[in-house]
Amino acid sequence: MSLLHLENISRVFGKLVALQNVALEMNEGELYSVIGPNGAGKTTLFNLISGFFPASTGEIWFDGVQVNKFTPERRVALGLVRTFQITEIFPELSVFENIRIGVEAQMGCSAHPWPGRKLLQQINRRVEELLKITSLEAQADRTVSELAHGDQRVVEVTMALSRKPKLLLLDEPTAGMGRAETHHMVNIIRVLHEQQKISILFIEHDMDIVFGLAHRITVLNYGQVLATGTPKEIAANPRVQAAYLGEAA
Amino acid sequence: MSKRAYVNIVIWALLLTVPAWLPLIGGYTALASRILIFALCTMGLNLLLGFTGVMSFGQAAYFGLGGYGAGLILVHLTSNMWIAVIVGTLAGGIAAVVLGPILMNRRGIYFAMITVAIGQIFYFVAARWDSFTGGQDGLTGFSRMPLHFGSITVNLTAVPFYYFVLFFFAIGAAAVAMLLNSPLGHTFVAIRENRRRAAFLGIHVERYIWASFGIAGFLCGLAGALNALQNNFISPMDLYWVASGNFVIMAVLGGMRSFWGPLVGSIIFIGFQDYVSSIFPNNWETFIGALFIIVVLFFPNGVLGIIRRKAKVA
Ligand SMILES: Nc1ncnc2c1ncn2[C@@H]1O[C@H](COP(=O)(O)OP(=O)(O)OP(=O)(O)O)[C@@H](O)[C@H]1O
Ligand SMILES: [Mg+2]
Repeated sequence: MSLLHLENISRVFGKLVALQNVALEMNEGELYSVIGPNGAGKTTLFNLISGFFPASTGEIWFDGVQVNKFTPERRVALGLVRTFQITEIFPELSVFENIRIGVEAQMGCSAHPWPGRKLLQQINRRVEELLKITSLEAQADRTVSELAHGDQRVVEVTMALSRKPKLLLLDEPTAGMGRAETHHMVNIIRVLHEQQKISILFIEHDMDIVFGLAHRITVLNYGQVLATGTPKEIAANPRVQAAYLGEAA
Repeated sequence: MSKRAYVNIVIWALLLTVPAWLPLIGGYTALASRILIFALCTMGLNLLLGFTGVMSFGQAAYFGLGGYGAGLILVHLTSNMWIAVIVGTLAGGIAAVVLGPILMNRRGIYFAMITVAIGQIFYFVAARWDSFTGGQDGLTGFSRMPLHFGSITVNLTAVPFYYFVLFFFAIGAAAVAMLLNSPLGHTFVAIRENRRRAAFLGIHVERYIWASFGIAGFLCGLAGALNALQNNFISPMDLYWVASGNFVIMAVLGGMRSFWGPLVGSIIFIGFQDYVSSIFPNNWETFIGALFIIVVLFFPNGVLGIIRRKAKVA
């Protein structure tokens, strides 16, 4: 059974058709990339999948459940977790505190007003585990707004990870990063996929990263699916070359 | 010992010994009771303003309800002070819990406006319903009753009443402190910092705003009940939007991000009011207004923000 199944979803903003009859099928365990030029509708696709706003038409199935009407919070609880193209973190809190918010939500104790020592230890232990996975231990006590851009994005990914996603949506995880930071982020994505066994759907502009990581790729152009296939198939697709790769090369 | 623990010990030691030292610097014990009462309500407000990041400009509604709750109970039903305080607390808290859903999914200025509107409704009811609330003249006909501990009877003159207030202030402050160190408190702060991120971590933001609003209502209700007992009187002006504004001023003056900010703000505001109004009885508010503007413009993190920044530089 597929993990994510999009059936002819569309989204219009006034007169603008941002997405038109997009279909997508993603299997459990896949590393899947969505690419396309600026304004193609990639982020809009993530917004529909994550429940940021509703689809105008079409069906969104996640893990065998039709989630069209579900709130974002409910989708997160099902294991559908996202990051944003423009980093969304808790700026005045420390790295540790940022991750802790996610951990507490995951443990179902966000509303706990008077926790015992045992619960607090459990929470802290889990935060430390997560910090280790994404190599943030050394930064734990720093305020995230003071971190380098790349580290802020790692914090956001780690927060998403705290919700134990079945499907992790990463919107341009390496956007605005230098070489070293990009390399680090790519490694983290590998670790999440291989060691944490998380299925990942990511939007990315850097073709080296896309072709290096993705098992399959969907190309969007003007809100429509131009092609779907393995990296090899996509690279060889003349329509993709004409519309997108050609202009980039 | 950590610096924070040290600060806490000093503050509590000072609060416990107020009747001994305050007269030496020209104050009087009833002034300290008043400061604690306003600090307690401002702590409740600050849970919303400083820690959850939502602008309530109508907190006087719950303060006033607490006052009327306590006063009416003493007028009509019992002479037990503890019951009066509990009833006042419940009046403020339950009203906030019931009204929370109207507010919880509004944002920014809309949230603020509805809090004001609700407050004004309570004000008009209290000011018009002469037979029940005393109308514009306020509610009278009750006074502080003695406390009985077994065979011992304590008359609540200024000093014992201060300790009566301090007892409840300590409960409220301890509850807020525990809360801020709990997952619930963490979640409030997360909402202040970034609602979108919180929601996409699976947090039902509105429900938490509701919770924060409810808790603030209980604290303000408690403070309002104590205020009624302090004055042996409640005026509908306690519910008026100006009173709400004063709580906001206290929170901002002290420092909205600080646990002790409301107490500091209340000391400055009430102290200023008491001192300046004895010299300029008609326009002390101008002075508070000027002070407020200076703080907002130059020290957006309040008085404690200044101290903290100095400590960081040093
Ligand atoms: N909330 C919105 N309201 C109106 N128009 C929107 C909204 N969100 C997106 N759009 C429009 O939909 C189109 C697709 O935008 P989208 O952000 O999905 O593109 P994208 O593929 O993510 O682009 P980029 O690579 O620049 O991030 C754009 O024309 C955009 O202006
Ligand atoms: Mg985008």
